[in-house]
Amino acid sequence: MGMVIAYSLFRRVGGTIDTSPSLYNYRRIFNEPVFLDALQNSLEVVLITVVVSILVAYPFAYILAYRVSPRWQRPLLLLAVLPFWTSYVVRSYSWLLVLAKNGVVNGMMQTTGLTSDPVSLANTRLATVIGFVHFFTMLVSLTIYASLTQIPESYRKAARDLGASAPMTFLRVTLPLSMPGVVVGAFLTFVLAIGDFITPQILGGGQELLLPQAIMLQVQRRGDFPLAAALSVLLLLIVIAVYAVSAKRLTLEQK
Amino acid sequence: MKTHRRFAQLIGMLMALMLIAAACGEGTPTELNALVWCDHTDPALLQPFEEANNVTVNVKDYDGTGVALGLVEQSEPGDWDVFVIDSVDVPRVVEAGLLAELNPDDYPWDDFFADVDLPGTHYQNDKLYAVPEKFGYNTIAFNGDNVSVDAMRDVESLWDAEYDGRIAVYDYYIPVMEQVAISLGIKPSDLTVDDLPAIEQRLMDLKPHVTVIGDVVTTQTALATGEVDIIVGGGEFVTGVLNAENPAFDWILPNQGGIRWQQAIGVFADSEKQDMATKFVQYIVSPEGQARLATSSCYWAMPANSKATLTDAEKSILRWDEQDGFVGNSHPYFIPDGDLDAAMLDVWTRFLQG
Repeated sequence: MGMVIAYSLFRRVGGTIDTSPSLYNYRRIFNEPVFLDALQNSLEVVLITVVVSILVAYPFAYILAYRVSPRWQRPLLLLAVLPFWTSYVVRSYSWLLVLAKNGVVNGMMQTTGLTSDPVSLANTRLATVIGFVHFFTMLVSLTIYASLTQIPESYRKAARDLGASAPMTFLRVTLPLSMPGVVVGAFLTFVLAIGDFITPQILGGGQELLLPQAIMLQVQRRGDFPLAAALSVLLLLIVIAVYAVSAKRLTLEQK
Repeated sequence: MKTHRRFAQLIGMLMALMLIAAACGEGTPTELNALVWCDHTDPALLQPFEEANNVTVNVKDYDGTGVALGLVEQSEPGDWDVFVIDSVDVPRVVEAGLLAELNPDDYPWDDFFADVDLPGTHYQNDKLYAVPEKFGYNTIAFNGDNVSVDAMRDVESLWDAEYDGRIAVYDYYIPVMEQVAISLGIKPSDLTVDDLPAIEQRLMDLKPHVTVIGDVVTTQTALATGEVDIIVGGGEFVTGVLNAENPAFDWILPNQGGIRWQQAIGVFADSEKQDMATKFVQYIVSPEGQARLATSSCYWAMPANSKATLTDAEKSILRWDEQDGFVGNSHPYFIPDGDLDAAMLDVWTRFLQG
């Protein structure tokens, strides 16, 4: 880590690295819109991913924890983690085929008359988000499920005995007590998605740059390791900030 | 008697050990470590050489010269024996002292296609350091079922509204920007920072027609799945391996010209297996090695050796008969100096983000 920070203070001049420390790379990042746009794109994509993943994962985890008999919980959990068993790259390319103009989704939409012409789904931001959500929903489901199963059943029963309706019991008892699982899942999703290069590269179609792509562009194409290091430090600072907020939230929950 | 028997047993054991040692020494295959582009990882290319020379060729593929140099930097001297590298990068690798001098008499120069020998590149200070082995073009690849080859012979077609949303761009700024420069009548080797605003404008005009910007696999997939019909910056290296699946996947060099890339192969200066490494280089540029390299499962491209034993069908996919015109009408990759390179990458980054 020290090396990355040190490198971020160097500067690529021509074909060599000038090791006199300076904030040149950081000035570039904050003065050139292209890097700030990359940051903004990353934050937008990742936040959408986190929100959608939670919205999809929570009902699944809830049903699994409270509506499925313990006998079936384990096999269903196993099914839930199946996407983890396939290669990340293969999975992304599979989505590309599914979302392509002559892919399954477009085929179904045309067959059912929803559209007459193929719709551009692959190589878009939507495709990137779908790829992320498919993967991270499973992760968030696990953390929320773990949290839900920790809540003693007596708490919910007590709420119902005291006259709370089912929705009120959920909002006032179950949801707050399951928040640690939600926060941990959201944090993990944020950290893994914001640093991910593969999914946006394969599914996004290169139509916009996300921060990891901007970093790789500097490394692969120009060998500008100092600028790539500075962008990586920025990424790290964002993750630390999100961790601090998440940790604070978890601490409050525990109190 | 007992002493004699023991002595005989000892002699027998010693002889057996010597025989085993001799057998091991003779049969143990040598290992060559080669740092290569992915086309050299094809077992169909390596196997004949390995079997003929009782050697194992360990290949490590890289996807950019910067990455390759990083790998070399992290290695111990002597770790690597053979280096496959873009011809344009040979001078800087030689300057870094990485390549060993080669004997020109070891290679079939008379059989190489005209103009691919690039003496100013492969020779430094009148000494040979790398041998040309494969070349191709960063030009226009397309689906012949949906796009006519005649239209693609005119690079201006790319800006036609007809191709809106049907274009993918290979994500390597140097050849693509140089191709755009050619469309503006600028020779790549004459490029300056002052030309970049016009090139950027031209790129931004192209962007609305572009659906995908990505690496070889991404653009290939886009073509194969019907997502796009044209790949700017593509060429035989994109469509060659897809031809068996769909013969409509084709490529062309526009009449205005295009960019020619070349690969070369050399021996690491610190290699302790210079002889075997040289033998491997000779195999790669031999007619048999060249045919296998040209049709490698990773990507196809023209062999540097015109005597490569390719079939007529393979030659047709590579547009063999048009090569004389293509080589003459193409410009070798021009590697910009540091400042121009940085300015070009900035333009490209804005194009990606635009």
